[in-house]
Amino acid sequence: MTQAALRDPVLAQRLAGEILKMAARPVRLMEFCGGHTHAILRFGIRARLEPKVRLLSGPGCPVCVTATADIDAAIALAHLPGVAVATFGDMLRVPGSRSTLMQARAEGADVRVVYSALDALDLARRELQRQVVMLGIGFETTAPTVAATIREAAAEGVPNYTVFSLHKLTGPAMRAILDAGEVRLDGIIGPGHVTTITGTQAWEFLPEEYGISCAVAGFEPLDILRAVRSLVLAIAEGRPRVTNDYPRSVSREGNRVAQALMAEVFTVESALWRGLGRVPASGLAIGERYAAYDARRRFAEAFAGVLYDAPEPPGCCCGEVLRGVLEPTECPLFRRVCTPAHPVGPCMVSSEGACAAHYHYGGAL
Amino acid sequence: MCLAVPLRVVAIEGTMAEVEMGGVRRRVSLVLVPETQVGDYVLVHTGFAISRLDEEEAQETLALFEEMAQAAREEEDERPSPTAPDGPDGEGTSG
Ligand code: SF4
Repeated sequence: MTQAALRDPVLAQRLAGEILKMAARPVRLMEFCGGHTHAILRFGIRARLEPKVRLLSGPGCPVCVTATADIDAAIALAHLPGVAVATFGDMLRVPGSRSTLMQARAEGADVRVVYSALDALDLARRELQRQVVMLGIGFETTAPTVAATIREAAAEGVPNYTVFSLHKLTGPAMRAILDAGEVRLDGIIGPGHVTTITGTQAWEFLPEEYGISCAVAGFEPLDILRAVRSLVLAIAEGRPRVTNDYPRSVSREGNRVAQALMAEVFTVESALWRGLGRVPASGLAIGERYAAYDARRRFAEAFAGVLYDAPEPPGCCCGEVLRGVLEPTECPLFRRVCTPAHPVGPCMVSSEGACAAHYHYGGAL
Repeated sequence: MCLAVPLRVVAIEGTMAEVEMGGVRRRVSLVLVPETQVGDYVLVHTGFAISRLDEEEAQETLALFEEMAQAAREEEDERPSPTAPDGPDGEGTSG
């Protein structure tokens, strides 16, 4: 499938025009996923649809929703002698309460950037004298990939590989936002790659319990407009539903192999989210069967000093941004103090963060 | 981090595949999509294929957009201010 065809500007304009005609009343939609936020700003979709169709950013940036305390714990792990922490690059510059993984590395801690959890497992195989801890960050898209490395390590008996699982589930976060009632939403643009794993069935609670529609979208401009069109149509008809607007990758059942692997390796428990606080049944911890591969259990000493009520960086509004309550541009530090070169909060660090998206592409607004 | 990109599988060996990205080849794991075959497009996320792109659905998506473009063109030509939306509902509705 050609990318150019899905970025056709003439067709995008037409589709946007059609959406605006269809919208019977002004509507507010939230894109859950940070990848969507970037595409929406980069291709000028938000500006094109405003004010009749307002698109709000949601909590779908795994790095951004990682709590300060968990970053502190990761830094503490990296400072343990003989331990190397392997992480996706996005995490390096996210501020903990006192430092970042990058600063920890400058101070001599062993922090390695990996592209895949497979690279971390390879590192463990190569450097048997070291304990390699993979930071498991990500939603349902990433969790099965990390689960796969845990199962592989167990099958092979790799003695020096563990995972610090901070994986989170998207459905409970969406519920938390809706239950809080801070933002009025008429529809949700569903995350395309999370739903590739979970299947559209994971979003059926939205029309059933909350009476709002969800349209699962791909990441090209026409994919996103197609989903917005589905939502506006469902709203105009007064028939809340889930639509699959990314059928080339997404099905109702999702990726069963990945789901089974997650169920085998992880157990669902509450998790701490930046912006949302502790959300029940929203995190994936490593289950009993693979307890030997759980960094929390193997390095309990690193977690002893972590303060779970560590404050957010002063002045940073990431929490409100992640809940869709504030626009990044409404944060007093945005662009003045907080920039991608000197980020105050994670929403400016991550390539999926809303503040970074507004910084890079927001000029069009 | 959640950005996955579609890449073409050029070779498979056990649970690993070689995929092509802008002329560069890289190895990805197929453990999450074991039914993958050479020639398939897979979505790759952090070194793992997470889905096999459905070629038929991809073609239908392009056809749907073409249809929408056509409808919009006709509407512009014939009716300067349409009222009721009556476009296609989009395929793949999951209810
Ligand atoms: S602009 Fe910076 S300080 Fe403000 S909310 Fe975003 S990340 Fe936090």
